[in-house]
Amino acid sequence: MSAAPRDLLRESFIELTARERARAVLDAGSFRELLGPFDRLESPWLPLQGIVCQADDGAVIARGTIGGEPAVVTAIESAFQGGSIGEVSGSKIAAALELALADCERGKIVRPVVLFETGGVRLQEANLGLAVISEIQAAIVALRAHVPVVGVIAGMVGCFGGMSLAAGLCSYLVMTKQGRLGMNGPEVIEQEAGIEELDASDRRHVWQLIGGEQRTATGFADALVEDAVDDVHAAVRAAFACGVPEAHRTEQVEAYLAKLAQIDPASVAPGTMRAAFGSTLLTSRGETA
Amino acid sequence: MEQLTFDYPAQRAVTARAHVGVVGSGDLEVLLQPADAMRARVVVHTSVDGYGHIWKSVLDRFFTRYDGAADIEINDFGATPGVVALRLAEAVEAAQDAAQGARS
Repeated sequence: MSAAPRDLLRESFIELTARERARAVLDAGSFRELLGPFDRLESPWLPLQGIVCQADDGAVIARGTIGGEPAVVTAIESAFQGGSIGEVSGSKIAAALELALADCERGKIVRPVVLFETGGVRLQEANLGLAVISEIQAAIVALRAHVPVVGVIAGMVGCFGGMSLAAGLCSYLVMTKQGRLGMNGPEVIEQEAGIEELDASDRRHVWQLIGGEQRTATGFADALVEDAVDDVHAAVRAAFACGVPEAHRTEQVEAYLAKLAQIDPASVAPGTMRAAFGSTLLTSRGETA
Repeated sequence: MEQLTFDYPAQRAVTARAHVGVVGSGDLEVLLQPADAMRARVVVHTSVDGYGHIWKSVLDRFFTRYDGAADIEINDFGATPGVVALRLAEAVEAAQDAAQGARS
């Protein structure tokens, strides 16, 4: 019998729950959860609409260490309401980042990580969810002046809506090939603009547009990793080792506008995006994309 | 959405709490913690109405083997009886592991 392929022996990151993901990103044995399920900080809005709550509202906040340094990890549980951001789950994430900011401002650096897995705002909580997403975004922008803010989009939900903007504000983004990053999800685009614009059932095409490989090749994400706990763990540490970028993506407005000017919306394709926006990426098949 | 409450007799105190599962499609979340009284109480929040008799059957069977004085809260998103039974067993095991970890 030949040995099993290496990939089959690796522990998947995607298959982990939010709590397990937070534990996997932190240094072994350092995981300590804040506002856990027994605190029962649940959504006050879902029961009014006949929807069962989750005791942590789908957001896991954990303190611990990363590379021996103090860290806070916020992880979104995609299995609960599609990882949507409600008033409570979003407030937990925003507050965790704001507390890290207060520590950083006092000179005690805390490494912040956001494990994105979300369709964006929870529609049942509407403006309350949107408001708190803006708080998360503001916290990321304030934090990244002190310490890199590292985001991870592993899949399979991906990262959409207002939270895709939060991801865009991060200093470094780690993605898997299975991860997706976009403002509107493919189903929304098909529904609003028609199937001629995008066939959401064409998975290959969807991932060519917004998948982790394309997002890394076009410079919207920084590291493309295998779906493996070890690789995500290492990529997060490598990102922090890079330090605070000289200029974050969202500070390079002129450069991105110039790149955008090269794009013709009528004929844009994944290849033209790569030509305009990024360095070429050597794919796993050895082809230059 | 429906809320159901079930009480069962208990023989021994429970010393540790446990949380397992997620409120995802076909799954459920179980929060198990020590009860103040010598009885077990299960509170079920379920997204599927009209299945109280099935819940009673699943819990009756579970409590033929479990005698801990625990408050058990279940947040259910359409789990089948088999999944419910497995999650309950997982919660009991996790609480026992936590209790042993605290003693050692």
